Parts: sequence; C-alpha cells; structure tokens
Amino acid sequence: MPGVLPPTPSQTVGPFYGYALPFTGGGDIAPAGHPDTVTVHGYVRDGNGDPIPDAVIETWQAAPDGSLAGLPGSLRRDPVTGGFLGRNGVDFTGFGRVATDADGYWAVRTLTPPDATPYLSVCVFARGLMHHLYTRAYFTDDIPAGPLAELPAARRATLLAVPESDGLRRFDIRVQGERETVFLDFR
Amino acid sequence: MSSAELTQDHISAEIAERHEAVAKAVAEGARAPHHPPRDFTPYRSSILRHPQQPLIAVDGDPEAAELHGPVFGVTDVTDLDADLTRQHAGEPLGERITVTGRVLDRHGRPVRGQLVELWQANASGRYAHQRDQHPAPLDPNFTGVGRCLTDDQGQYSFTTVKPGAYPWRNHLNAWRPAHIHFSLFGTAFTQRLVTQMYFPGDPLFPYDPILQSVTDQAARDRLVAAYDHSLSRPEWSLGYRWDIVLDGPAATLPDPEENH
Ligand SMILES: [Fe+3]
Repeated sequence: MPGVLPPTPSQTVGPFYGYALPFTGGGDIAPAGHPDTVTVHGYVRDGNGDPIPDAVIETWQAAPDGSLAGLPGSLRRDPVTGGFLGRNGVDFTGFGRVATDADGYWAVRTLTPPDATPYLSVCVFARGLMHHLYTRAYFTDDIPAGPLAELPAARRATLLAVPESDGLRRFDIRVQGERETVFLDFR
Repeated sequence: MSSAELTQDHISAEIAERHEAVAKAVAEGARAPHHPPRDFTPYRSSILRHPQQPLIAVDGDPEAAELHGPVFGVTDVTDLDADLTRQHAGEPLGERITVTGRVLDRHGRPVRGQLVELWQANASGRYAHQRDQHPAPLDPNFTGVGRCLTDDQGQYSFTTVKPGAYPWRNHLNAWRPAHIHFSLFGTAFTQRLVTQMYFPGDPLFPYDPILQSVTDQAARDRLVAAYDHSLSRPEWSLGYRWDIVLDGPAATLPDPEENH
C-alpha cells in the first residue's frame, strides 16, 4: 500500500539472532493440555535441497473462534528475574516463533484455524535472505477462489499442511528450486 | 571461487554493476526500489536462499489473516529490557549511547504499543552467540538484546553501547560496518520488518554487500541513524535518532486521530 512516506528497507536477520529472537515456549501456541492441539512441523531447505539451520519461522493465525484480534503474552516475562515464563497456559495469542535446528527442522504446537481463514500465515527469515518471505500453511486442500486456487496443482500443493496422523501436519518450506514453496506478496 | 579467494574488488565490482543497472532502470522511468532484491549475489549466502518463482499477489482479500497481527503488552517486556547496560552486575565496556525514534506506517501514523526488539555485537564487535568465532573479547556485562513497546506517539528508546565492526567470511577481508539489528511489528502481519540500523559516516559502508544490497542511495540513507546532540546527555551518553517506516498494508481499522 503506497503512502506518503517511503519505507525503511529490509535487511537480513543474519546468523546471530539466536540468542535474541527465540523465546521459551515460542512454538507452544496452543493452551497447555488442550485436547485438540495440532503440531505443524517440517524442514526448511535451500536451492540445493540442503537444510537451512539458521532460519526463524513465525506463524500467525486466527483463534478457533475466528477472532483475529490476538492477545498479548506470547513471550510472557518474569518481572523478578527477567526470565521467560512461557505463555499463561490459557490464552491463545495466535503468534508463534521458532528457530530451525541444525537439521533445518521446526515445529509449532497450535490449534486448528477456523474455516474462514483456514491457514497459518508463515513468515520466513534467514541468513542470506534479504527480505522475509510470507507463505501459508493451509489446513484444507480446498483453497478458496482467488490467485492461490488458480495455481497449477503442483505449486498449490506447497501451500498444504499435509495431514500425517491425528494432530500432526507436515509443512516443508523450500525457498528455491524443485517444489519451491509458493510465496506471497501483500502490496 | 571460494570465499577466501574472492577479493573485495571483485565484490565491489559486482555491487557497482547491480547499482548501475538499477540507476539505469530508474532513469528510464522505473520506480526506485525500496527493499533489497532477494537475489543480491554479492552477498553470497543469498544465492541458494531466494525464490526463483515470482511472488503471488494476494492483496485483494480483505479477509486475509495477515491484515491483522500479533499483539504484545506489558507482560511481554520487563523494565530493564530497554537498557542493555543494566542487564548484568557491572557496566559493559564501550561508548554508551541512546537510540530513539518513532515507528510509523506509510501514512505517517504512529505504530502504538507494538514490540520493538534489537540485538547487536558488543563494543569489540563480538556477539554473545556460540557460533560467533571472531577473536574479539566477550564482555561479561553485555549480552546485547533489548526490547520495548512503542508509546502513544510510536516512540521507542534504548540505552546501549555502540557496537564494533566485525569481520565475516563473505569474501577476503569482509567487514560489517557497525550496526544494530532491529525487529518490528505493525498493526498487521504484512508490516513485519527485520532490518539493521547503521551509524553515520562509517567508512565501511561502500564495501558491505549487506548494506549495499539496498540498491537505491536514498533508501540506503534511511538505514543510517542521525547523530542528535539534543539527545546526548552531559557526562553520560551520546544520542542517535532513527525513525522507522513500516511497509505493507496497515490494519484496516481507522486510526482514531483521523476521526477528529
Ligand atoms: Fe550483525
């Protein structure tokens, strides 16, 4: 959305965000002990198919009741020690942040998004990536009419969080090359 | 060619070539690009880490979840988070600075109550990160992580020390100019921004493929803070001002001040 002010340019997250951005319970989006949690997990790979071990994945989604208002408390802090308390175990903030491990692997434990917006919005940062990338992990292969539904089937398939078993969905991200993930633009 | 054989002259020539191509396109009527291209090959790590397919525009969907975004509150930050010089028993080494500015959307509206995060190397150019092997001293009194929420004017403020320049392995004799990494949220997930702030007059600017990945000079200038003497505190710290403008569609909710 163009406006009166030119934006501040993006820069890569670099390799050394690891002691700064990830926080305790960053991937535990679902309230503790919730009966309907779903784990979305996968690998992030580069143009050679090699794992990207220094990516940050952020997810944002509607609450199961459809609310997109979000709630604070994703990185709840201890005012006494300054440490991370983790989430309060009751609220659903809609926000997750995890770093990939040495295998390029990531996972978040969340609740199934509502039918109106049946996806996790996924934002990818990495060393070597000048400007983050958005994609979506859909919980349905019936993507509503629009530019994403019109993609060739093989490309559209990269937007599906594939059910593997009860409460487990696979969402791999390939930033380049064969089966390259479909990335989105919101300008 | 391995990065150890790759000279600065070679990288600088590649940078110049990319800048000239953009300048030519702009002279022919193209809009100057605000953001760096993702395939900026002088930064070698970008080669295998950028998509080759065009991004798919989904801007027509008013129901998109991305037009909303995560929210943060006082529970997510502690009072000490904005002062990186008070997070340990002793004072960190280095030049004490304050960095402050406003976070705005592209319409100039303040981004209120949103999370600003920063991280940086210490005054010697070393990160408190296991993989940082630069043989410069770690500082037991400095971690280099800060957080705050923007106030009602969209203002953020941090006290820290000026980070040092540091070497990296993009090519032979590659050095990053001193910089502070920033992470910002707007009122919509589409406004998310991770970027880096630089210090005015740094002689390393022309050699750095990361800063130079922003191919337009006016856009690069927006990554450089201004020294602001009115922010300097007598016998205490030097002040820098850096305003940040978030790109992307803002949340559809009207700003209350616009209703006046
Ligand atoms: Fe850095």
